[in-house]
Amino acid sequence: MDDPLKIADREFGSRLLVGTGKFGSHETMRDALFASGTEIVTVALRRVDLEATGGPDILEFVDAQRYLLLPNTSGAVDAEEAVRIAKLARSAGMPDWVKLEVTPDPRYLLPDPVETLSAAESLVDAGFTVLPYMGADPILAKRLEEVGCATVMPLGSWIGSNKGLRTRDALGIIIEQATVPVVVDAGLGAPSHAAEALEMGADAVLVNTAIAVAGDPVSMAGAFKKAVEAGREAFQAKLGPQRGEADASSPLTGFLDR
Amino acid sequence: MNNNWNGFVGKAPAVTFANELGMIPFERLVIYAAEAGPEMVDRALSREPGSLTLEDFAVLLSPAAGERLEEMAQASRAVTVARFGRTMQMYAPLYLSNECLSSCTYCGFARALPIVRRTLSVAETKREAEHLLAHGFRSILLLTGEHEKATGVEFLEQHVRALASAVPQINLEVQVWSEAEYARLVAAGCEGVTIYQETYHPQTYARVHEAGRKRRYLWRLLGPERAARAGMRRLGIGALLGLHPQWRYDAVAVAAHTAFLQKHYWRSSISVSIPRMRPSESHFSPERPVSDRELTQYVCALRLFLPDVGLVASTREPAELRDGLFRVGITRTSAGSATEPGGYEEPDEAGEQFQIADERSVREVVEHLRGIGYEPVWEDWARPTEAAERMLVRNRLPA
Repeated sequence: MDDPLKIADREFGSRLLVGTGKFGSHETMRDALFASGTEIVTVALRRVDLEATGGPDILEFVDAQRYLLLPNTSGAVDAEEAVRIAKLARSAGMPDWVKLEVTPDPRYLLPDPVETLSAAESLVDAGFTVLPYMGADPILAKRLEEVGCATVMPLGSWIGSNKGLRTRDALGIIIEQATVPVVVDAGLGAPSHAAEALEMGADAVLVNTAIAVAGDPVSMAGAFKKAVEAGREAFQAKLGPQRGEADASSPLTGFLDR
Repeated sequence: MNNNWNGFVGKAPAVTFANELGMIPFERLVIYAAEAGPEMVDRALSREPGSLTLEDFAVLLSPAAGERLEEMAQASRAVTVARFGRTMQMYAPLYLSNECLSSCTYCGFARALPIVRRTLSVAETKREAEHLLAHGFRSILLLTGEHEKATGVEFLEQHVRALASAVPQINLEVQVWSEAEYARLVAAGCEGVTIYQETYHPQTYARVHEAGRKRRYLWRLLGPERAARAGMRRLGIGALLGLHPQWRYDAVAVAAHTAFLQKHYWRSSISVSIPRMRPSESHFSPERPVSDRELTQYVCALRLFLPDVGLVASTREPAELRDGLFRVGITRTSAGSATEPGGYEEPDEAGEQFQIADERSVREVVEHLRGIGYEPVWEDWARPTEAAERMLVRNRLPA
């Protein structure tokens, strides 16, 4: 595969990670995952019917042969709970990769930096490959890298807001300084937002709401696939410099040459 | 832990909703809500959802806004889908007891009513819960009347503990407690409480709550705050529309109460129920019933004012109205409910709290939801308890 996304010891052909919440049906979710071309699918462990006694379970609709199943710790409000959920997922036979989410606030679901760092440290020690959801804070990104996280996943704007890269300037610093892949997670509301993240050098993006609540989630998943590919290609092709104003048509110092 | 006079552990908080409530200009807001003109409605509707003022909210309750209900409903739906997706959280009520020492003029459990009284044993509660689990429910709301002895904190602790290993999400709708007592219930495995103020209008409150502990308006008003401080992660509030002749007064108070709780108790997730008076043994009839159209307008206004609040519709409301509201802004609902203790396994033996209006089975409601493009969410536990770990059985997940 040309230009793979490398996370820890694995390589992926797609730079689009997809979440599984908010879909109107499991069937739509399954078809959207397929159309997105994604290879990494994140699932909230709290939504999994661990007892397997109820109706159709979300995991029956995520092909574990095709996708790396990335359990996430959504619902955890502190480090202790996040670690517990990750271990629960591992003992349930899910991969020992974990998308770390520690969100004590149920409204904006913003990540708690202190608890996230502490949980990341414990989980790396326990042998997990840790992909932490975080605020767009460049120093926190470095700290998470230092404790051994496999990626950093700063937010573009808050989860589910579809507002795009409101944290663009801080993301720029994170990307510039990172030694692990930067996955922009949360807030990407349109394929153009995803393309923008890849154009500026993010290694990948994670999208959920924008696909799940689109009028046609399957088509939207396909649109994100193309946008991510286009953004990456543009990044590699190197964008031309932006200019604030047009050049003066006649040079201002031309008189000196006369 | 010791409680101080208003039930908080240690120092009472500097600001409670009682302070805030005293500052809400109800008279002016109720006038807006009754008499707002089209230009005020325009202004309220032009605001970004979530950035409306309490005045704007009141304006959206007005008859003038009612003329633009379709527009409000479209906006409400868009915000709801963006925030919650096309999903519906499912829960079921489980009545533990209809014993009650309070005399509330509107309630089918009121002390003096000649109904068959029943309090479930732990074994009976487990049977009821098994019934609900078999129908797919994973979130259960335990309810009782107000009886200090028959259904006190120890009783609740026992019943919560007995269910905690099998039920991922347990909520309570019971009499209100002190912070220290709520902390005991949290420790037993309960994560959420629902406390309806019934009416925020103090004189009406005093009139309909004739006797019993429930007469204590302020104790009840601060119940959600005590619960949040004790670690309850989900708080449900609401007014019983129709108790106070001006339903818009209570609507404004509910909106303000929710906004207060979101700001001051930001770790808890807040939901609002929208109950209207239903027929019961009490034969209470509202002086001014709230129409279907007004109820729908209330849902839309709440959603535009509070985009991320959970909105709950129970089986009090008839099927057709519920189905309509699901698409407008409701995010959490019950189905196939019984409102008497023991009502799932042994129906019709004890007195019920109110008559349900949507008598469809769980399966029928779920089929309807799927038909309109919604995925019912049963499993959404918030706390990774040991119980959740114990539930993890058999190697059913892909390796």
